[in-house]
Amino acid sequence: MFTILTRWVPITLCLLIFAGCSSSPTKEGEQEGAEVTEQSTGGSGTYEGTEGAGATTSAASEAGSWSGDPLDDPYSLLATRILYFDFDQSSIGMDNREIIRAHAEYLASNPHVSVRLEGHADERGTREYNLGLGERRANAVRSLLMAEGVADNQIIVISYGEERPASMMNNEESWALNRRVELVY
Amino acid sequence: MKYLLLILFLALSWQPAANAELTIEITEGVEGALPIAVVPFRWQGKTQTTPREDVSAIIQADLHRSGRFKTLPRNDMLAKPASGDEVEFKDWRVLGVENLVVGQIQPNGSKGFIIRFQLFDVFRGEQLTGYSIPTTEGNLRTTAHHIADLIYEQLIGVPGAFATRVAYITSKTEGGNTQVDLRIADADGYSPETIVSSDVPLMSPAWSPDGRKIAYASSEKGSWGIYIQEVYTGRRQKVTAFKGINSAPAWSPDGRKLAMTLSKDGNPDIFVFDMTTRKLRPITRHYAIDTEPSWSPDGRHLVFTSDRGGKPQIYRVPSYGGKAERVTFQNAYNARASYSPDGKLLTLVTREDGRYRIAVLDLASDVMQVLSRGDLDESPSFAPNGSMIIYATKAGRRSVLAAVSVDGRVRQKLALQEGDVREPVWSPLQKN
Repeated sequence: MFTILTRWVPITLCLLIFAGCSSSPTKEGEQEGAEVTEQSTGGSGTYEGTEGAGATTSAASEAGSWSGDPLDDPYSLLATRILYFDFDQSSIGMDNREIIRAHAEYLASNPHVSVRLEGHADERGTREYNLGLGERRANAVRSLLMAEGVADNQIIVISYGEERPASMMNNEESWALNRRVELVY
Repeated sequence: MKYLLLILFLALSWQPAANAELTIEITEGVEGALPIAVVPFRWQGKTQTTPREDVSAIIQADLHRSGRFKTLPRNDMLAKPASGDEVEFKDWRVLGVENLVVGQIQPNGSKGFIIRFQLFDVFRGEQLTGYSIPTTEGNLRTTAHHIADLIYEQLIGVPGAFATRVAYITSKTEGGNTQVDLRIADADGYSPETIVSSDVPLMSPAWSPDGRKIAYASSEKGSWGIYIQEVYTGRRQKVTAFKGINSAPAWSPDGRKLAMTLSKDGNPDIFVFDMTTRKLRPITRHYAIDTEPSWSPDGRHLVFTSDRGGKPQIYRVPSYGGKAERVTFQNAYNARASYSPDGKLLTLVTREDGRYRIAVLDLASDVMQVLSRGDLDESPSFAPNGSMIIYATKAGRRSVLAAVSVDGRVRQKLALQEGDVREPVWSPLQKN
């Protein structure tokens, strides 16, 4: 098992990002969209206690102090369901890799569970190209999941390109929130 | 009186610049446009049954919007003749008007009308054409557009594109729900009708060459598919439902094939689906994103967007497959190209100084001209006569439609209701 510390570094970063972005308006165009706000408020609200709580929760997929589906554990890496990307890029940063690894571990040990990877792009550039870009991002996540032992039939990929923005503003902050892959269980 | 003096002055020394000043509101920036007067058509029936549309105003607006005509404001007209025998040609010569349209509207039965119009060459004092057209209350706008088409073709030598329609996507978010509609309106933005209404993304509408069907991509039930819908019956069929992306449909000029983007083999590539044989032919096989295919008017080539060189650029490939050649070299981002009806130009989206704009590329000279002025302009589509390009632009945070003449001289924002409006595609010419 990984040490608790390395696991918590990425999510801390992530929570910081959420905290920073939580003030910008988010559009709830769908159920997945609702998760954005849920995580951002939950994340920033419980940030103080995460270290301690995380330590007791231990491995996401095992029965720790969290009783129930690890997917519902708010302190698990599995709680992070949105991965963000750079402009016109589909490469996955180190912080995202940790999150993907946690999801892969969960999926590999729960072969009956499947996940839908929804790829998105910001509004710059043409719609069809962005549809391709969203798919490329989702496929990048898919490849990593599969490299970690997740079966092909557990993963569904769909791109929405720029058609389902998480934020409707025309600025850099908003674009950064829209360049994403959402993991939907 | 002031006008009269100015007019006399102009008659003595006719200059485009001075003339432009006289009618600055509607001819801004236009040089070499044909001066034309469209006299209000005279109603010959009872006042209480006046037609609800101002037919001559629609004709005048069409001609003006084309950028090829400089229309004389009604207030500047010295007389309002309704037929040839009432026309004093010198009244129009002094105004610098070269062509004159007069007409009248008569009641025809309980709900019908007969519109008569005549087009004159003012300097020769000759009639160039004249028609008597029966119509109905509901078809007044369409008939006005047809008359504008007849005038345009007579004077410019190519068919007008006023009696055409535009398909586009609208989206409106309310209470967390987004409704996406596919609509069709007249080319001047009037008479919009919704033909598909959806709560999931819908994109890339494409008219069949006969204007009776529209293909589009829709993500119903969590996966993309290409659909073909009959415009006037609403019937539709799902054409493709492969794994991954099924999108960017483009009809071949003969209407028998559909080029499209499919990612069933792992990444987006261009395919051509033959709707007669039901066979699918791969056109590109590259790990890059290949998308946005568009046919050359002769059906021999496809242009498409690919980032195989690192950034999106336009490539051309024979429509039966083969080696793809790069077409665009100017600017780091060029995408969504489509041919002009004569095949000489491409319109596309280009990025210049971080701004996405509509440009035309002259294929013979390789000269690219940027036509639009927005930051996030997209989805350019040629009018079927090649005169104008319609596209989507931002007005504040809203997405709206705009049109620009191919020479960049005439610009228009299309009048449409609230919500976002995007992906306009101009219909083919109506065949009557």
